[in-house]
Amino acid sequence: MTDTLTPVLTNNWDAERAWTLASYEEHGGYAALDKAFAMAPDDVITAVKDSGLRGRGGAGFPTGMKWGFIPQDNPKPKYLVVNADESEPGTCKDIPLMMASPHTLVEGVIVSSYAIRAHTAFIYVRGEVLHVVRRLQRAVQEAYLAGHLGKNIHGSGYDLDLIVHTGAGAYICGEETALLEGLEGRRGQPRLRPPFPAVAGLYASPTVINNVESIASVPSIITNGAAWFAGMGTEKSNGYGIFSLSGHVANPGQYEAPLGITLRQLIDLAGGMREGHELKFWTPGGSSTPLLTPEHLDVPLDFESVGAAGSMLGTRALQLFDETTCVVRAVLRWTEFYKHESCGKCTPCREGTWWLTQTLAKLEKGEGSESDLDLLLDQCDNILGRSFCALGDGATSPISSSIQHFRDEYLAHLSHGGCPFDHAASTVFAPAGATA
Amino acid sequence: MSSTDSALDEKTWAELREIAARYPEARSGLLPMLHLVQSVEGRVTPEGIEACAEVLGISAAEVNGVATFYTMYKRKPVGDYHVGVCTNTLCAVMGGDLIFERLKDHLDVGNDETTEDGKVTLEHIECNAACDYAPVMMVNWEFMDNQTPESAVQVVDDLRAGNEVHSTRGPRLCTWREAERVLAGFPDDRADEGPAAGPASLVGLKIARDNGWTAGGTYGSRESDKGETT
Repeated sequence: MTDTLTPVLTNNWDAERAWTLASYEEHGGYAALDKAFAMAPDDVITAVKDSGLRGRGGAGFPTGMKWGFIPQDNPKPKYLVVNADESEPGTCKDIPLMMASPHTLVEGVIVSSYAIRAHTAFIYVRGEVLHVVRRLQRAVQEAYLAGHLGKNIHGSGYDLDLIVHTGAGAYICGEETALLEGLEGRRGQPRLRPPFPAVAGLYASPTVINNVESIASVPSIITNGAAWFAGMGTEKSNGYGIFSLSGHVANPGQYEAPLGITLRQLIDLAGGMREGHELKFWTPGGSSTPLLTPEHLDVPLDFESVGAAGSMLGTRALQLFDETTCVVRAVLRWTEFYKHESCGKCTPCREGTWWLTQTLAKLEKGEGSESDLDLLLDQCDNILGRSFCALGDGATSPISSSIQHFRDEYLAHLSHGGCPFDHAASTVFAPAGATA
Repeated sequence: MSSTDSALDEKTWAELREIAARYPEARSGLLPMLHLVQSVEGRVTPEGIEACAEVLGISAAEVNGVATFYTMYKRKPVGDYHVGVCTNTLCAVMGGDLIFERLKDHLDVGNDETTEDGKVTLEHIECNAACDYAPVMMVNWEFMDNQTPESAVQVVDDLRAGNEVHSTRGPRLCTWREAERVLAGFPDDRADEGPAAGPASLVGLKIARDNGWTAGGTYGSRESDKGETT
């Protein structure tokens, strides 16, 4: 029987100076390297396939299968790029991981690069997290000095260089092909696929792009075995993951658990909702995943079950809002975010997010009419599935799901002539903040 | 102030070339190169754009196109401290909107404007991946967690008075230009400052410890745990 919480990636975060090489090695770090180097690269890929690890960046694509797509007969260099551009609203797991234990990621990079036969790897970290950048830079430097990176690692004959690359502020660069554009020194605009990055990615060479948590999970799979990993979670969503609780809950924070835990269990662990309040709506995996309500508290948080409930597991970014929160205000703010972050390449997203914002802003102020809800849904219909990447799709999720679950609240803005909520009541410093 | 006052020195030119040389293809260095320009110039200047273009052998227009795409690159001079208040949905609801309003009023500036003393540039920012510490404020891209309007005012007052301020789970705050230099890939000496993790990052781990819950296996286990898990 698996325990309720299963700390693996978070397990050394409370160690003294956890970010240092000395601390990491003291806790068993870098043991996966020799084990991996004793295996053929294809066998490392097979182990990751057998573990059932699926991408932790939101889409849930099987990691080992992605690695298997790299054409090893292609004479060009192969590259591994870690997506550390964590920016999806509500998502806050990779940043604390890299701050507390950057070596977990570096070790994962080495094993993963060995598997796909890359000799150069990159960590593309968003620029807005200075101390995380510092810790990554230091960890890479320490790993070189210890012989975990560079030439002939551990006497294996395998060479790897790892470059920490800082972004400069663009949500879109979390999309893997836009990230490659940023890494090539260009505007971060998504590429048309195919060709997929596995065939023509960075510098038109075979490239694997994986999320931080996916890569950081690899050493544990090599050390403990694929069966150990696959033994956790649910039938098709194996392993553990970091669940990030934020918002109106008593103890927000990071909870590492097998996939399939429910929000009801997580809220219990977190001490319940803040005192005197109850859950109204929540996102299972960031703002791009359709909103859910208290009726979904017992949905197993795995890829299949959340999908069947009409949303997506995404990044397990559980943003919880209580009954003081105006859903229209929340959705308008997210929509303004998508409008701001649309890269401008595809017309439906570039123009559509502006239209959505205008229509929503009018409704939030109590102007417009009930037919504007149909207009919004029609606009969503003209954006969804009509752009190169998923940013536009994500922009429609909060709108269509909130109209589905909270249509009456939109109408209340019209009958009330504006927002019927006291926004000060939603703040953490209410009621003192109410007079701020 | 004329633009010729800020001509790049030889050291900067050498460092721009050094950044480009880190990568298999030089142009990959452009984002960190623009961070370096900001660290020297206090913003992305026409001279900085020309220098990047020359080092990379591309046109100034191409560099300009990149510099105008990413929000961390600034065309107007930034103060010693860039104060960013998250007003994305979760932080906004939890109090970020009120914090931003209070700071605008207190500093007498609008969004993306700098105080008259050149100390503080205020901006509302998007989600900075610290939602479990909402409402969040960033100073020179360091975390200032769990803010209130009062605590935010205290931070900016301390910064303007020249008092030393620490990130709530990080190091002493450096200046914006110093921060930009680190982002360009030239580390400072502060990596070992601050804790490994803030309190919210550890709540689940503490519950697991209290209940003796583990994932089994040995990876990432503390030496003291190993007897229990094997």
